[in-house]
Amino acid sequence: MKPDGRDTGGRAAYPLILPTWATLGIFFLLPLTILFLVSFGQRGTYGGLKPIEDFRTYVLSGKFLANYARSLHPIYLQIFWRSIWMAVATTAACLAISYPIAYYIAIVAPQRRRGLLLGLVVVPFWTSFLIRTYAWMFLLRTEGLINRVLTGTGLVAHPVELLYNNFAVLIGLVYGELPFMILPLFASLEKLDLSLLEAAEDLGAGRAAAFRRVTVPLTMPGIVAGIILVFVPSLGQFIVSDLLGGAKTILAGNLIQNQFAVARHKPFGAAVAFELTAAVLALLFAYTVYTRRKGQDVLL
Amino acid sequence: MSSAAAPSVGIRSLTKRFGDAAAVDAVSLDIRRGEFFSLLGPSGCGKTTLLRMIGGFELPTEGSISINGADMTRTPPYERPVNMVFQHYALFPHLTVEENVAFGLRYKRVPRAGEGKRVADALALVQLAGFGKRRPDQLSGGQRQRVALARALALEPQVLLLDEPLGALDQKLRKEVQVQLKHLQRSLGITFVFVTHDQEEALTMSDRIAVMHGGRVEQVDEATRVFERPATEFVANFMGASNFFAGRVREAVNGTVALTLKAGGEVRLATEGVQYRVGDDVRFVVRPEKLDLRLRDLSGHGVPSLPVTIEDRVYQGVSTVWIVRDRADERFVVYEQNEKPFEETSKFTVGGGAYVCWNARHAVVIGGGAERQ
Repeated sequence: MKPDGRDTGGRAAYPLILPTWATLGIFFLLPLTILFLVSFGQRGTYGGLKPIEDFRTYVLSGKFLANYARSLHPIYLQIFWRSIWMAVATTAACLAISYPIAYYIAIVAPQRRRGLLLGLVVVPFWTSFLIRTYAWMFLLRTEGLINRVLTGTGLVAHPVELLYNNFAVLIGLVYGELPFMILPLFASLEKLDLSLLEAAEDLGAGRAAAFRRVTVPLTMPGIVAGIILVFVPSLGQFIVSDLLGGAKTILAGNLIQNQFAVARHKPFGAAVAFELTAAVLALLFAYTVYTRRKGQDVLL
Repeated sequence: MSSAAAPSVGIRSLTKRFGDAAAVDAVSLDIRRGEFFSLLGPSGCGKTTLLRMIGGFELPTEGSISINGADMTRTPPYERPVNMVFQHYALFPHLTVEENVAFGLRYKRVPRAGEGKRVADALALVQLAGFGKRRPDQLSGGQRQRVALARALALEPQVLLLDEPLGALDQKLRKEVQVQLKHLQRSLGITFVFVTHDQEEALTMSDRIAVMHGGRVEQVDEATRVFERPATEFVANFMGASNFFAGRVREAVNGTVALTLKAGGEVRLATEGVQYRVGDDVRFVVRPEKLDLRLRDLSGHGVPSLPVTIEDRVYQGVSTVWIVRDRADERFVVYEQNEKPFEETSKFTVGGGAYVCWNARHAVVIGGGAERQ
């Protein structure tokens, strides 16, 4: 309660948060709820939802969990496992490539060139992601640019198989997610007080030690934000694996897409999608608890 | 390598250019062991650049730096036996006070077991025992400044560099810390090189002061001499002695000159070894607090007196500032201590006439002589 009697913390504030709740409710909570409910259903003969005759026996017989049970089959577990390690590899590669780039733009490059360099990072967004992924196909395929150069210069006798394997998918994922790692890293590196690095050197720390003991801990919020921004979408990717992996590399994203678009098994697709969402939420929750316990700012 | 005779910091024709502009221009200085040495000057005079070169954060364009006799011109900061207290302290925000102070100990090969004691000692030195577990953002400005000091002193440097470390503190705290710092420096016996733009601060703490201007050192001297006997017009002005008198040498004998003042009248001055010839133009300065305002002409008694018109009076409580103008239209400032009740001192009126008098010993000759090209 403010001294002038206005109760800004209470009911008066409701109209102000209403738009937020409405947006979240319509575009996030509602679809998620529908997805959640569908995941307990059964596939109808023509791809729709099969009506449930006796709700009580359906629940008690445990049939409502059939889709989740099915997702634990080794074939699907293998897909989940591949999705996870691909997402981890993508995130690691993005971090390794992005940190030096972000460091250069934020700290080394002269101030007046920063805008241009950042612009170059964002430029790919002007072109559709689908088209850019097709472009990779032209680069990587057997008669593509890379193989032409390799055979033309005589480095290899026969074209190398670059497309339609895990490696190609990884390249596509790393390429696509790179800006999402560079931007948060840049944001936190730009805020870094350079006199702290001088202080570290003054106290006897060499360049590497100063980086490890000062730069990395202080840019940790950017690192974590980048990891989350890259890891989460990589886990659900299906365009890249579809185009660059051919039929060989199926990720969780492809599985879900297949269930909805090809196999027309919506309840199973919903169950897998929900598992993926739950896994990501659990990871984010664990991160939040961890940072709270350490007394640091929670980013999300 | 360090010999007992070598200066703590030896600077030889040190120059730093940024593009075409020389931030530090051919500076040579010897900073003695265990002295409190201040680099004083307005912003942009090159004092911070000079300090940063001693610390190793800027590489000189020309010249050399030695510390206790060992050449350090190109040595990186982490290998120099000096430590710095940064302007905004540069405390690591992600570490506690203890961790900040302990940061450099591992590079000094301090055994882990001794680390705790070194940290505790350093914190006790700056009266921050018991603050070890806090984070920098939980401290006041004064406490942060002391942590920065403890962090540097924990490494037992041979030279401590301080880059305007009191700039962020309020006036009252500043005065206290000045005295504490001076005490600390004396008891530790470490060479302090202190950068400041505040002449009062420099005078309060320093054994010697180098006054810098435009990348050059105008004067290096003991604090009292920089104040009382400024070598150049810039130093005189910067130290607040704004009363410049101009005259022509009428007679020069045995280290004294007789001058005919521009505004009329004659004065005799000691020239401190500088040779003048008859006809030379000479400028000299007398500090405002060393000028005296009188109703009568005292030149008959051998006291230099200059007739002036009183232009303004500024009452400042402890003192009164008189602004006066002589017949050559030069302005002078006279400080008068308000020792007596105000009514008794108001014998001068604005717009009225008076005489500005001074003791000949307090007149400092500036420029014009043979010594000053």
